[in-house]
Amino acid sequence: MDHRPQAWGRPRDDIYGAYDGSYLQNSGPKQATQSPVVTGTSVIAIKFADGVVMAADNLASYGSLARFTDVKRLRTFHDNTVIGFGGDVSDMQYLDRLIGEIDIDQEYELEQLPDREAQKSVELMQASNLFTFLRRQMYHQRNEFNPLWNQILVAGFDDEHKPFLASVDLRGTSFTSPSLATGFGAALAQPIMRKYAATDEDAARLTRDQAVDVIKECMKVLFYRDARSLDRYSIAVVTKEGIDLKENEQLEKQSWAFAERIKGYGTQTV
Amino acid sequence: MTSIGTGYDLANSIFSPDGRNFQVEYAVKAVENGGTSIGIRCKDGVVLAVEKIVTSKLLKPGANKRIATVDRHLGVVYSGMVPDGRHFVDRARDESRSWRDTFKTPIPTADLANRMGSYLQAYTLYQSVRPFGITAIVGGFDSELELPVDGEVGSGPSCGAGGKDTSKKHGGPFLYMIEPSGLYWGYYGAATGKGRQAAKAELEKLDLSGEGISLEEAVKEAARIIYVAHDDSKDKEFELEMSWISGADGPTKGKHQEVPKALREEAERLARKAVADEDSDEEEEAKEGEKMEE
Amino acid sequence: MEFGTSGCLSEDGIHVDMDRLKKGEVNLGTSIMAVTFKDGVILGADSRTTTGAYIANRVTDKLTRVHDTIWCCRSGSAADTQAVADIVQYQLGLFAMMNGKPPTTQTAAAIFQEICYSNKDRLSAGLIIAGWDERHGGQVYSIPLGGSLHKQSYAIGGSGSTYIYGYCDANWREGMEEADAVKFVKGALAEAIKWDGSSGGVIRMVVLTAKGADRHLYLPDTDYQVRHN
Repeated sequence: MDHRPQAWGRPRDDIYGAYDGSYLQNSGPKQATQSPVVTGTSVIAIKFADGVVMAADNLASYGSLARFTDVKRLRTFHDNTVIGFGGDVSDMQYLDRLIGEIDIDQEYELEQLPDREAQKSVELMQASNLFTFLRRQMYHQRNEFNPLWNQILVAGFDDEHKPFLASVDLRGTSFTSPSLATGFGAALAQPIMRKYAATDEDAARLTRDQAVDVIKECMKVLFYRDARSLDRYSIAVVTKEGIDLKENEQLEKQSWAFAERIKGYGTQTV
Repeated sequence: MTSIGTGYDLANSIFSPDGRNFQVEYAVKAVENGGTSIGIRCKDGVVLAVEKIVTSKLLKPGANKRIATVDRHLGVVYSGMVPDGRHFVDRARDESRSWRDTFKTPIPTADLANRMGSYLQAYTLYQSVRPFGITAIVGGFDSELELPVDGEVGSGPSCGAGGKDTSKKHGGPFLYMIEPSGLYWGYYGAATGKGRQAAKAELEKLDLSGEGISLEEAVKEAARIIYVAHDDSKDKEFELEMSWISGADGPTKGKHQEVPKALREEAERLARKAVADEDSDEEEEAKEGEKMEE
Repeated sequence: MEFGTSGCLSEDGIHVDMDRLKKGEVNLGTSIMAVTFKDGVILGADSRTTTGAYIANRVTDKLTRVHDTIWCCRSGSAADTQAVADIVQYQLGLFAMMNGKPPTTQTAAAIFQEICYSNKDRLSAGLIIAGWDERHGGQVYSIPLGGSLHKQSYAIGGSGSTYIYGYCDANWREGMEEADAVKFVKGALAEAIKWDGSSGGVIRMVVLTAKGADRHLYLPDTDYQVRHN
């Protein structure tokens, strides 16, 4: 009888034979792939003359359950970039920390410059640079079969100080466009935004107020038609002056009263 | 040094019969040759300053920084062997990063000082290494506000968390000095390097432990002290490098940053004036001082 | 052939299919919650542990201490959550010794999250972390399945929680007195126990304040009215 603690509670070798560990072996390829659990829905953004407007609602769903209603999915970076996250919230938090560390690393580089004024004049990391980093990170993780389950929009400015907007998803696929939307927004909001900014030239003619109005209109449509959406949302406007981020906006001027005229589903009139 | 030649000064891992580690003492000598560094802990922040001896006219003014940021809220300055200091900074950055990775919050100044103290101490134990030829001054401002977990989402009740002990204050400015032996203490004012004696004498005149002085005053005092401590008999030019850290509501918003050029130049002007006034019987000296302007 | 971690069953019948074991594992099909109130936090839980439809333990303690005034509510796999709580308890003990001061709820939440996030493929653990410390007062953090971290004023979790989202949202008030908060937790858990087959048994609570941890126990045969211990 084996009295060692390792053997406690185990079938006796002398009766049942040695422990067969073979079934613990994985017969298939290594799969680290997960699936999203707590998720955020669409993020939408549009360029205008002096910058970019982005919005996302404050909901983190758990399947169809509207579980967390105070999740801020627009994150700012270095006072010049806004990142909007759709998809898994835990992966968003991972990326948020990763970007925070990049920010500190950038500080190490900046302080090598002669003085604070010189530090301010160079912009080591623009939205476009941060986007390149994110896109490589996303593509790298998908190559490891361990994707970060997010669709991301990045807004800010590029090296030529022009408004910048780009998206990357869990596969590392990336786009830039005058307007972008993830998730349901790609189907519901993008057509509306394209009406106002089909090209960069169109976008350059949009004023800030117009852009904000377009975004608000899109958020309303998304709330009407996306079953994983919420009427509380965050909206960020990035300009050269910085970021104007409002994180607790309420959808306004919704249209529901027409429900009064809807009676039955065809011939019924009362 | 009577003990030279006795063999007890050849290695770290050997004590002399009277209980000394000579390698560590020699490392202290290396520190004592370095440009003066000081740190001031004041009411609403920390100021770090260093006297950077200009060893060559071919060096670009303002380049080759000696004060380093370790984490957003932490700065380090050191006197002694610069490469050793650079390695110290690298290690301090690694420590603060690993703390962040584990606890998802910035490392408190005291904990960084503790870890770096332990790191330096390890370099006094082994045959194969030599101690650090630097004394480092670590300044930081630990947030007085509630610290979120990095990347957290959501919020607690809008009325604030219940059951807090409001009688106690948390966070604030902190200053530590770590010596080659690994010894470290917390200070109100710290000085090391060549001019440490004069600098300490000046620091002691400031009311740092009582009422305390403001951050702006500290910047001016720090500049003055570096000028006073500067050993001008050697007549070598120097640059003044200064950084500061305030609380979240102060000028640096809790971050470790270089003191803005305008403020530094103003502090230097006052420092030169103060030094000149003190040497008023030697008019010539004052003019020499003027010439040092960049 | 399907890929998987399961192997052949040996003739002796001892070796179990890993997938089935994972599926039929002892489960905390549960109702758990934690709420902030005027002086700190209260954790609450039912006491039912099931293997499928069989109640493996009817007096389970799902409220687990990881430090003096930092506790957690466990839901999901009993084995997984116990293992995670054990690791965090060890880490926080070490933290307190090395730093000479007790850890904050944030510290606990951060360590919990790292474990849950980096092992998300292997764990089925839904945790609520609630703690009191003198700097931050009472706080509640929720870590659902994927390993995200959510700060909340109150949190509910486990299979039974789905039945009480309405009750909690309607009855929740910020900064309640202790008695009211106890009543809120008890009312919510009683409903969860009533409607969720995987929740049941007694209601356990832990009240965390400056005074330390205080346990409450309420039994079903007295309609959860009488406080025992």
